[in-house]
Amino acid sequence: MIASLRMFYTSVGRKLVMALTGLFLCVFLLEHLYGNLQLYKMDGGKAFNEYGDFLVGNIIIRTVEFALFGGILLHALDGLYLTWRNRQARPVRYAVNRQAKNSTWFSRNMGLTGSIILVFLVVHLRTFFVTHRFLGADTSMAHDVAEAFQSNIYAALYVVAMMLLGAHLNHGFQSAFQTIGWNNKKYAQPLRTAGTLFALLVTIGFASFPIVFYFDLFGVASNILQSSY
Amino acid sequence: MSDSINLKLKIWRQRNHKEAGHFEMYDMPGVSTHMSFLEMMDVLNDRLIREGKDPVAFDHDCREGICGMCSMYINGRAHGPLKGTTTCQLHMRHFSDGETVTIEPWRAAAFPVIKDLVVDRTSFDKIIAAGGYISVNTGNATDANSLPVEKAKSDEAFDAAACIGCGACVATCKNASGMLFLSAKVSHLALLPQGEPERRERVLRMIDAHDESGLGACTNTGACEAECPKEISISHIARLNREYLRAGMTGE
Ligand code: SF4
Ligand code: FES
Repeated sequence: MIASLRMFYTSVGRKLVMALTGLFLCVFLLEHLYGNLQLYKMDGGKAFNEYGDFLVGNIIIRTVEFALFGGILLHALDGLYLTWRNRQARPVRYAVNRQAKNSTWFSRNMGLTGSIILVFLVVHLRTFFVTHRFLGADTSMAHDVAEAFQSNIYAALYVVAMMLLGAHLNHGFQSAFQTIGWNNKKYAQPLRTAGTLFALLVTIGFASFPIVFYFDLFGVASNILQSSY
Repeated sequence: MSDSINLKLKIWRQRNHKEAGHFEMYDMPGVSTHMSFLEMMDVLNDRLIREGKDPVAFDHDCREGICGMCSMYINGRAHGPLKGTTTCQLHMRHFSDGETVTIEPWRAAAFPVIKDLVVDRTSFDKIIAAGGYISVNTGNATDANSLPVEKAKSDEAFDAAACIGCGACVATCKNASGMLFLSAKVSHLALLPQGEPERRERVLRMIDAHDESGLGACTNTGACEAECPKEISISHIARLNREYLRAGMTGE
């Protein structure tokens, strides 16, 4: 056991931690997106609120929630460590460095995009999760979502954050498969394409909520704001 | 097209490992476009020696793209602007008249500057020493075809074996990671039956040697593969990761 834990300490091991936690968080994103889609049911937010109640009431989900927070923490801490360590590996920088010729900006700035996403996550959790789970809000979750996105700053913040998340995933998704060794010359391109499609799905999917709610497209926002849920 | 160009060279000068370095400018009028980059450096050094100045130290040996000694970060690219080329194989026709060419040494904590453009690549030797070998019994050589190797595997192993240990992957990587070099060595031997006896220990030891030398951790940007003069693919890094998982999850 000790021997196998040791394998996560090397540079390759650290990268494995990034990949495994990253993929786990990708699965979570899909689940979260599925939950959010309930907001589009035009039922005054009923389905969304019920789905939320179901998650809170389910013992298995509550357990997985710990793993989720653990995963986020590990992913962030390990990422910070790697960024710091990799800076030490080049103490003197190049005067001229044409990195754009050999790699994409997003692949080189995962630490930056990741940090911004982390800050966003704190704001996001504070607004919805903390308020409902710990402070006992008297309005429904669907109602709070609809209300929060009436603010243009808040809605814009979400759209920008989701675009950064997409950029992070565009590199991260295929990178994770490379790390766990599932890449070869034949898979390289399909994996990159799958990563881009996944990133697009997540960005468009999640960013649709602030946009739809802010502009009250299809009357989704008013449907929820006017209901009694 | 004219056969000669005028260049300005902005070269990193550093007396030794301890002293701080700085850039110095040199005018290079009438550089023949048929020269290789290193030949141009020779012309410059010839002039510096005549003027009683200290010539620019740079590494070179074979001058035919197979030894991996020549280095130099030229205009922000390892081995200059061409794909799949070492500095010795880079010709001056790829530069334009009046251009300023910036020349820097490989920059990495694991590759300390010895003088000017010469860096110490002992880290790579240490990685090789940690596992880049196979065990062969002494005595007569075995019959050449007694060990069958699949064609696809031998081709793949050969591709990995093409690595010349130049260090361009480290130089170009934003993390100064030696993962492409390391993976080429591990991949080469992992694919062949001769590499089988040390397979597990090899990957573990070589990664430890890599990390101890201060080389960074790979984050899959793919810059190494784009700049490697032998165009080693990062699919070898994926194989290294597989080897590592396999070795890490099985016992002694
Ligand atoms: S992998 Fe390529 S760039 Fe790196 S040392 Fe080998 S030949 Fe040079
Ligand atoms: S001098 Fe040998 S590869 Fe350039």
